Amino acid sequence: MTSAFWIILKRDLLLALRRRSEIFTVLFFFVVVISLFPLGVGTEEAVLKKIAPGVVWIAALLASTLALDRLFSADYEDGTLEKIVLAPSFLSISVLAKILAHWLLTGLPLVLISPLVGLFYHLPINTILVMMLVLLIGTPVLSMLGAIAAALTLGLRGGGVLVSLLVLPLYIPVLVYGAGAISTSMMQGVSIEPYILLLLAFSLLAMVFSPWVTAVALKISIE
Amino acid sequence: MKINWFKYSAPMSFYPLAGKLIPLFWIAAIVCIAGGLYWGFFKTADVLNDQKQYYRIIYVHVASAWMAMWLYAVMVFWAMLGLIFNTRLSYMLASATAITGTVMTVIALATGAIWGKTSWGTYWDWDPKLTSFLILLFVYIGYIALQSAIDDKRRSDKASALLALVGLALVPIIYYAVNCPDPTECASLHQESSLKRVESNILIGMLVTTLGFWMYSFATTLMRARIIILERERSTTWVSKLAEITNSERKH
Repeated sequence: MTSAFWIILKRDLLLALRRRSEIFTVLFFFVVVISLFPLGVGTEEAVLKKIAPGVVWIAALLASTLALDRLFSADYEDGTLEKIVLAPSFLSISVLAKILAHWLLTGLPLVLISPLVGLFYHLPINTILVMMLVLLIGTPVLSMLGAIAAALTLGLRGGGVLVSLLVLPLYIPVLVYGAGAISTSMMQGVSIEPYILLLLAFSLLAMVFSPWVTAVALKISIE
Repeated sequence: MKINWFKYSAPMSFYPLAGKLIPLFWIAAIVCIAGGLYWGFFKTADVLNDQKQYYRIIYVHVASAWMAMWLYAVMVFWAMLGLIFNTRLSYMLASATAITGTVMTVIALATGAIWGKTSWGTYWDWDPKLTSFLILLFVYIGYIALQSAIDDKRRSDKASALLALVGLALVPIIYYAVNCPDPTECASLHQESSLKRVESNILIGMLVTTLGFWMYSFATTLMRARIIILERERSTTWVSKLAEITNSERKH
């Protein structure tokens, strides 16, 4: 059971490392979206500081929804996914491995590049650290919830836009608490702990239920 | 006496039953809505607290808002029943309910905007209830979009049912998140839900209109379900033998 987890994780990472450009596409999309905002709303420091939390999160949401297409579709097209579904191991465990690999390739890079955003938006060091922390907690949730939508829309025409439509409303709690924590960290004397705890709770909830629901969705889509 | 609850789960026996029920629900809907609105417009006070005549939109606004939420629960109920018993009719009813629910959500948002302009001075504000309803609309639209994107009916039924369930699980969390974005304080333009404080005269109008909206929802859902049945079962013999089908073929 655990061996299936490691095999799939290793395989997905290996496949992605052989085609590194895909990782960088998502990453640069994130950076481009974030650098367009100051051009649109003006470059005053106060305004930028105010919108930074929302902008970072919305860019992260969009980047992760765009990346969802790759989660299952390649495996679906060449038949690997069918083998994974039929394999005599728990499908939710295999799905969890795929989600984890997807997060390592598309979510983690966003966390690592986010200090750059801090420089663009004149954020203090303390806020940058909070931003990295909430992105670290929040981006796995995006991959988890996204996996459900990706599995439901497997192999459909125009699946990419449909996935965004299905999944973006579900991302709202992450957006609210994630951005809330970053804005709060810029205020004096207010604790960010409630936001972090709520985000962690949501993250754990998603981790427990999403692989299972995704497995059910995959079975529906493949049968 | 043992009642066979599954008898009407077959589209063949449900179709004529729905046909008989639809006129009854239409009559009930028209009577209740007309009665409720008449009572509300002519038998209640002209001024409510500091709100003048325009508060009367409450009869449509509250009724449609309640139905929008209730129909989501009904939709999830049918979707869940479909996933458990694998009955085709449950899925058909779920998808028929979704459209009426979407319409109700739009009505609630529109009447809310009009009422908001007159009493708060703005069509839209990011008040928790407004935001939740906007999200409810998105969830309904996502459900309908997923259903219409999948050509294979079996898959589209099950996939959208699963999506409805996921939506139900997440809606409370989303509701809490937009209701109380800052965990240390909560503010909203809407007053606290205050059914107990509403004058009984107004409450009667509201409840009767809501009942009317409910009957309307029954009628439209059943009509839509009948159409879905005809579409999906068109190749079966019982459909080809239906009076309305044979009559229309004779005319052509």
